[in-house]
Amino acid sequence: MFNHILRALTKGPVTEPAPSPSTDGLAELAGRVDAVSRARLGRSLSIRAVDAGSCNGCELELHALNNPIYDLERFGLRFVASPRHADVLLVTGPVTKNMAEALRRSWDATPDPKWVVACGACAIDGGVFAGSYACVGPVEAVIPVDLRIPGCPPRPAELLAGLLSLLEHSAAKE
Amino acid sequence: MTDQTDTTRLFDRLNTLGPRAAAHRPWPRHVTDRTGWRTLIDDLDKDGGLALIGLWADADAGGVNVHAALRDETAGTGAVAVVTLPCPDGRFPSLSAVRPSAIRLERAIQDLFGVTAEGLTDPRPWLDHGRWGLRHPLADSPSPTDDSAAPPPYPVLPCEGEGLHQIPVGPVHAGIIEPGHFRFTANGETVVRLEERLGYVHKGVEALMRGQPVARAARIIARLSGDSTVAHSIAFAQAVEAALGLTIPPRAVWLRALMAELERLANHLGDIGAIANDAAFAFLLAHLSPLREAVARSADACFGHRLMMDCVVPGGVAPDIAATGPQRLLELVADLRRRFAPLVAVYDGKASLQDRTLTTGIIHRGLANRFAAGGFVGRASGRGGDARKSPGYAPYTDLEFEVPVLTEGDVNARVWIRIREVEQSLSLIEQIIRRMPGVPRGPDGITPPPLLRLPSVGEEREGMALVESFRGEILTWVRIAADGTVARCHPRDPSWLQWPLLEAAIEGNIVADFPLCNKSVNGSYSGHDL
Repeated sequence: MFNHILRALTKGPVTEPAPSPSTDGLAELAGRVDAVSRARLGRSLSIRAVDAGSCNGCELELHALNNPIYDLERFGLRFVASPRHADVLLVTGPVTKNMAEALRRSWDATPDPKWVVACGACAIDGGVFAGSYACVGPVEAVIPVDLRIPGCPPRPAELLAGLLSLLEHSAAKE
Repeated sequence: MTDQTDTTRLFDRLNTLGPRAAAHRPWPRHVTDRTGWRTLIDDLDKDGGLALIGLWADADAGGVNVHAALRDETAGTGAVAVVTLPCPDGRFPSLSAVRPSAIRLERAIQDLFGVTAEGLTDPRPWLDHGRWGLRHPLADSPSPTDDSAAPPPYPVLPCEGEGLHQIPVGPVHAGIIEPGHFRFTANGETVVRLEERLGYVHKGVEALMRGQPVARAARIIARLSGDSTVAHSIAFAQAVEAALGLTIPPRAVWLRALMAELERLANHLGDIGAIANDAAFAFLLAHLSPLREAVARSADACFGHRLMMDCVVPGGVAPDIAATGPQRLLELVADLRRRFAPLVAVYDGKASLQDRTLTTGIIHRGLANRFAAGGFVGRASGRGGDARKSPGYAPYTDLEFEVPVLTEGDVNARVWIRIREVEQSLSLIEQIIRRMPGVPRGPDGITPPPLLRLPSVGEEREGMALVESFRGEILTWVRIAADGTVARCHPRDPSWLQWPLLEAAIEGNIVADFPLCNKSVNGSYSGHDL
């Protein structure tokens, strides 16, 4: 273990130096997220993820955002444990009827100003589950949505790009 | 061969229960009556080697049929069969008294079909939370309900005694986790009882698949549980291909296994790190999650999707692996070998971490047997089953690998099973790449994709498949209608047989060890809730 730590100290972090925009746009995003989030929210944006019926594919990619390679927190974006600590509700899944009330309550518990991100195809339009007796459908049928991040599931880089446009969107709203 | 005689023993027994249904492949399905069903219950009671590996229903105008899938675990490979009980009066004798794994499966059958399991030891609703706007969605004629009023409260099991208190958790959990409700009853720090309530992510998957073309149904199955998308897609594809009697191109068989091992690798690497993180040892998560990321990126480069969703389809695979894929995967294997072993040494060398995982969350072998638990849950508790070996399917029958088994049944054992399986999967990926049949070329130089059109057979067919996901054995049963659409499909995720064991694992442990126990069992909410 000490070897690992020594190596990390001498070789530096594994976090990808934001790659050039031509590869996947992370570099460009890194700078823009930073600048806008600082202006809007003093460098930080707290996100509460709510699974409202996802297949857990979106969750896997949300987890990936936290790994040292994407290292979401360097942008001032972080996942928090309670909606009461959140600026953003990030909702996945086609909102099952069994989860609709829990989602509504999570939204009620989130202090204003707040934004809602519908993450993934299911959250946007129900995906392959649209029309099921057990699903309400898109997130916007339950709570107002500010941003949609498409993909099944969205890649981590796409998630990051989406969070940037949320910042721009919310800035434009006021 | 002894396998042959042993296998016949189960089949002989079932022959006495009733006639064999036509067009059910590859294992037999016998139709019995109430007397035969009760004989089966007696058999299950007397013979602990007879495992209940699935229990589901289907409905038509004639009424509801209940199907039980059984495996003789004392026999060799292939001793698998299905017993069917038609219930024209809407009732069937419950198996829950002899196999506790039947409890939740029968509660789900009651919710979805409106039939009654007589003598069910826990008759409370399970998937139906009273919010669907209808009851018995899979019955021939579902009945609408008025759900405008709040649903009745769900009665949790009583647990009384001096000094006991309850801790309700969920459905919305504190991390990036799927939703479910846990009700702890604790005495101080010690958990006296845990009761799970699931069904929050019930999406009506089985109803959505009904009447759909096979290709459309495959897209739904691929989203049953995102972490096992490849394994569920393989199970569905194999069941459909068995029903239609289709032999897919050999290259597709090998590519499926390649994807399945990449999926296993990614999930195990993620799990080991996450379990250590739940013991506040974030170091391992920080070092293992980049390995998981490396697998996801390689999958993306090879097949165009990080989770390889929709890459396995009935008839073969789509697309073929990228031209640079095999070389890239060999480099990935070499890289992971180099980086994984030192991290295992870190896990093994930290007494403070082992203090959290050793003797925590023990699942005893007898209980694991009664639930026919597979995957790392069963294998950490002394059960050696692996669908890749028994019943076994191509190409694993031609590959060399070991199924690790431990007997301690604690969190530590479940971590070590994952560690050993990572090593086995690395070896399997190498073997598959070295031995996979090459790209066939037609005389005109055109490369046909490893994918066949599904034949139209013009009659009703049934198929079944047992496929090993990273979590354990998936059972998928499908009935294809004469017009080629899916008449009924039931995917049984391994979580059905593993979730109940978590309730036993946590008993007598402290509340703070629940995340460890939960992550080490790692049931799928979505795969279970259907």
